[in-house]
Amino acid sequence: MEPIAILSIFVLAVFVGFEVVSKVSSTLHTPLMSGANAIHGVILVGAIIVADHSKTNLELGLAVAAIILATINMVGGFVVTDRMLEMFKGKKK
Amino acid sequence: MSRTLYDLIGLAAGVAFILALKGLSHPKTARRGNLIGAFGATLATLVVFFYAAPNSTLPLNNLGWILGAIAVGLAVGVPAARKVQMTQMPQLVALFNGVGGGAAALVAIVEYLNLGNNAGTAKVIFTVFTVIVGCVSFSGSIITFMKLQELMTTRPVIFPAGRFIIAATLVSVIGVGGWVVSAKGTTPLLVLAGLSLLFGVLFVLPVGGADVPIVISLLNAFTGLTVAASGYVLDSVLLIIAGTLVGASGTILTRLMAEAMGRSLFGTLFGAFTAKPQAASDSAEERPVRSGSPDDVAILLNYARRVVIVPGFGLAVAQAQHTVRELADLMIAKGIDVAYGIHPVAGRMPGHMNVLLAEANVPYDQLEEMDEINPTFSQTDVAIVIGANDVVNPAAENTPGCPIYGMPILQVSNAANVIFLKRSMRPGFAGIENELLYDPKTMLLFGDAKASLTKVVSALKAL
Repeated sequence: MEPIAILSIFVLAVFVGFEVVSKVSSTLHTPLMSGANAIHGVILVGAIIVADHSKTNLELGLAVAAIILATINMVGGFVVTDRMLEMFKGKKK
Repeated sequence: MSRTLYDLIGLAAGVAFILALKGLSHPKTARRGNLIGAFGATLATLVVFFYAAPNSTLPLNNLGWILGAIAVGLAVGVPAARKVQMTQMPQLVALFNGVGGGAAALVAIVEYLNLGNNAGTAKVIFTVFTVIVGCVSFSGSIITFMKLQELMTTRPVIFPAGRFIIAATLVSVIGVGGWVVSAKGTTPLLVLAGLSLLFGVLFVLPVGGADVPIVISLLNAFTGLTVAASGYVLDSVLLIIAGTLVGASGTILTRLMAEAMGRSLFGTLFGAFTAKPQAASDSAEERPVRSGSPDDVAILLNYARRVVIVPGFGLAVAQAQHTVRELADLMIAKGIDVAYGIHPVAGRMPGHMNVLLAEANVPYDQLEEMDEINPTFSQTDVAIVIGANDVVNPAAENTPGCPIYGMPILQVSNAANVIFLKRSMRPGFAGIENELLYDPKTMLLFGDAKASLTKVVSALKAL
């Protein structure tokens, strides 16, 4: 892909990232951190891609380890965030 | 599936992540936001199985290994997230973040091995970045996990010439990074990974217990950036978008957290280098304190007009949230004005205490934030501090040089009476002596928070 296109995507994503969380109350800091943490678990996609084209046992072994870790990050992250937020819902009936 | 469709679905997942972060920033939409994020991530993962890369065919090679590894990840991650006690949730988040960083580093290493000498210089530079930051995030998160789980000391670990060792490690990390780019060998890359892991450990060790959440947030942003960099290496727009979003929002969040704690980010990360080891609190144990019985506390409460409850991590550890609500309900029934003063970092992370009290169905409107509650302490008859210490420690206001100096505190010392429910005279998470404990208007009720509160409740009922 064109370097300039990648740079554009990167810069725009930085600004979106800054903008969406700029006014969050301290109550939500922990769930927001946890949710953002789960989002970077999509590295799972990258781990699957490299597992697909692994040529040696070493590469495959490392890729499998990456898939396990990334899955824990992604799925565990979303589940624990949901548990936190479930409790917030309870108190404003 | 065509490349265009694949990329379009990736874009949809990217949009889902933006909506997720936006949703998570508001109480009403937070839960839905998280679900949208989970949907985006699931979609992005599923679609990989249906797209054949240019020199590849479907089904994916090593499909059995891939699905097996995902199953293992699910078997570990889901029960961990489901079963964790809410009090231990911060360290779990730290751990999840660490394994994400580790995964990104591994992905970059595999791709590097796979490309061999065909790797372009730009890709190698991004690989080096991913490996360094991913490994730092991994080992640093493990250390924060151990600190929060109290598997190691929560105090800053400062060793002689520490800052020179850290600086030397950083210089060699950068040097070896340059070596990888010029030599393109496997050995330099593994040396780089090892040194980066070491740097992560050294970087987090000097951070004091109370500042650990800020470091977790920073490492979270780091992991985001490594994911973005690995997206460049793998030519995946989705990874670039998702990683950059987390990197940027994580940076802002880190700054907001540091502000809420009254810390400069710089001071948090590098303050430990300059801090002197605290003088051992010489005769602390022998100084007189006023300790009372549950009946004394009940009488004090019975004649109060306004009571402020300051919950801390000790309350959560004792699982006393329900008992404290019972006490509050009882006082309200007696016509006493009751509020909870919530410090932004009460518990182990910003907002952690709100989660814990919400679990016990404490009504939202009784929870007051620090800025709202502080001016009211002078009209408060009794402040009950339950299992909190650092967040009410006046040393943060009047002892320059102590590790928490400058952190905004709940000014309970302005209340007419202060009651501390504590297990022992042991200092709080930051390891600092609290002068307020020796104040003549302070009464201490020793024991397990839940047992003490239960006794206070029954004593108050009898009055």
